[in-house]
Amino acid sequence: MKSTLLGALLAVAMATSAFAQPIKLADVAELSGGGATVGTNWKNGIDLAIEEINAKGGVLGRKLEVTHADSQSNPGVARAQVQKALDAEPYVLLGPGYSGSVKVTAPLAAEAGIAQIMGGEAAELTQAGNKFLFRTSFGQQSSMPKVAKYIHDDMKAKSVAVVWVNNDFGRGGRDVVVKELERLGSKVVADLSTEAGQADFAADVGKIKAANPDAVFVYLNEEESARILKELKRQGVTAPLMGETTLIGQKVIELAGDAANGARGHVGLTTDAPVDLIKGFRDRFSKKYNYVPDHNGLKGYLAVYMVKATTEKMGKVDSKAFADTLHGLTIKAADEPGILMDVTFSDTGDIDRQSFLVEVVEGKQVVKQVLPKLK
Amino acid sequence: MSNLFDLLVAGLATGAIYALVAVGFTLLWQTSQTINFAQGEFVMLPAFLMLAAMHVGAPFWLAIILGILLSMVLLGLAFKMLLVDPMMRHGVLPLAIATMALAIGIKEAVKQFFSAEASPFPSIVPTGDISVFRHAVSLQSIGVLVVAILAVVGLTTLLNRTSLGHQMQAAAQNPTVARIIGVPVERMILLTFLINAFLVALASLLITPIYLAKFSSGEVLGQAAFIAAIVGGFNQVRGAIAGGLLIGVLDNLAASYVSTQYRAAVPMLVLIIVILFRPQGLLGRAEERTV
Repeated sequence: MKSTLLGALLAVAMATSAFAQPIKLADVAELSGGGATVGTNWKNGIDLAIEEINAKGGVLGRKLEVTHADSQSNPGVARAQVQKALDAEPYVLLGPGYSGSVKVTAPLAAEAGIAQIMGGEAAELTQAGNKFLFRTSFGQQSSMPKVAKYIHDDMKAKSVAVVWVNNDFGRGGRDVVVKELERLGSKVVADLSTEAGQADFAADVGKIKAANPDAVFVYLNEEESARILKELKRQGVTAPLMGETTLIGQKVIELAGDAANGARGHVGLTTDAPVDLIKGFRDRFSKKYNYVPDHNGLKGYLAVYMVKATTEKMGKVDSKAFADTLHGLTIKAADEPGILMDVTFSDTGDIDRQSFLVEVVEGKQVVKQVLPKLK
Repeated sequence: MSNLFDLLVAGLATGAIYALVAVGFTLLWQTSQTINFAQGEFVMLPAFLMLAAMHVGAPFWLAIILGILLSMVLLGLAFKMLLVDPMMRHGVLPLAIATMALAIGIKEAVKQFFSAEASPFPSIVPTGDISVFRHAVSLQSIGVLVVAILAVVGLTTLLNRTSLGHQMQAAAQNPTVARIIGVPVERMILLTFLINAFLVALASLLITPIYLAKFSSGEVLGQAAFIAAIVGGFNQVRGAIAGGLLIGVLDNLAASYVSTQYRAAVPMLVLIIVILFRPQGLLGRAEERTV
């Protein structure tokens, strides 16, 4: 009797596995090296999402399975790992998180015809005509119009000083924001390029002071942001300061101290967001891993739910049709709570989603406003 | 116009720090023909020594004292005994190259122990403004200027008004004769190394709250101070002071009125012009040694 039952169970198990092979995903992330925080958050986000989805029966009745590979935060290693991952013919490729690593691996995935959902934010990534590359967060071309709109509509600034760092990152952001500000009718009265690693901002702040703008847009890396914040305070500039994640990040607050208070920044994803679904994610993540995730944890989590929503939209597991389906797709959080916020993917793989206006208040980031989707 | 005033004040404050570092350059050159290409890293390191002291629980004032003392031991005594003394016998150039190697060593060691990221550093001067000629001037700029001026006045008094200073001058100008008349030349040379270490530690304390503590922050400073020392006159303390202030002001004016990208080139242009038309430096005297 016992053996018959066991036999029946075994037969059922074998039948299930035969009919529903797992869907294989491949992840290549910065699990060691300089980007270890980025990659580990990303990986943990992926694992959490897969665990949740599988617990509820998987996607179209099939379980998700993922392999993680370490890029060592090195584009060369990332390329080799992606090639290896693609050789195993995954359904979708996840990662890497660093823009540089994405840049060198994207052609490989495109050539294999496999969709790649990644964490990079450099503007150029989605401008090369790659039909298989998708973001999990804003590129500059999506975030800067929101920044410009906020400066014009909410700060009511008729004149703006723009300070940017003279590298690919800074120039890319500066070009979009200046164009948008002028389109909206805010005049750029000072357009100041600074050098990466610059220590002394006295002259730049002097120029801002002389231009007497209604608002200052600061687009520098973290350390330089901290230095210019100190110098702005030192020279008594009182115009409101607006930036991106790099102006109001925790590292900047630590370095600039008091001088960071009052600075505002546009943030695409934050676990502090006043959104119930994000709060729920944060709680589940913290419970599983015993730490509070950063936005990279959110990105990894969202990547897996993008796979789920797209596959369910197609009604089949079709690696070749995946990218076409995701282009132009809108996923609503009401239909797929795992996507956390309504999101629309453009034809280039860029995303449109609500985002957040954060202000530094007494050394803490405080979400002041939710900025709606552009379209 | 108000912009020009702000730029001058900020430039003088930066220049005063260049001057402190440049004075150290000239002191070492005068007494031991050492061209110290690690001088910028000498300014970077004391801030980290102070941070380390604070990390193990010392209050800021104690950390400053410990940092300065440790700097004098490491960057004064150990630098002279372990690197300069063995290398000096082989001439000026090998010694200069050895200091370049030392610069790399210090930078990488700091990166290894403290990470490559910048750290905040407390300021000895409170932030805030005071009004000078109806202009708001930051207390930090004034604090930097005052401390630097006090240090330079103290140093020149020591050199020109005390017996110790006269002995140091003698040791620099003519070591052989100085030795004959009983000046302890070796001790005088060591003293200049200790003074240099004190000056760079002071510069570190003044500049790091503004530039942040980072392993690479000595690169710009070392270069600026080197140029300042040559422009002012490598063989004169007062030349180094004038050179430091001049480069600081020029750098800020260039960033504002020429362009931020080319600001670093302006001091170099000044250097080239000075070398072409007045090779002994603005305040230097040809073929003479004095501290």
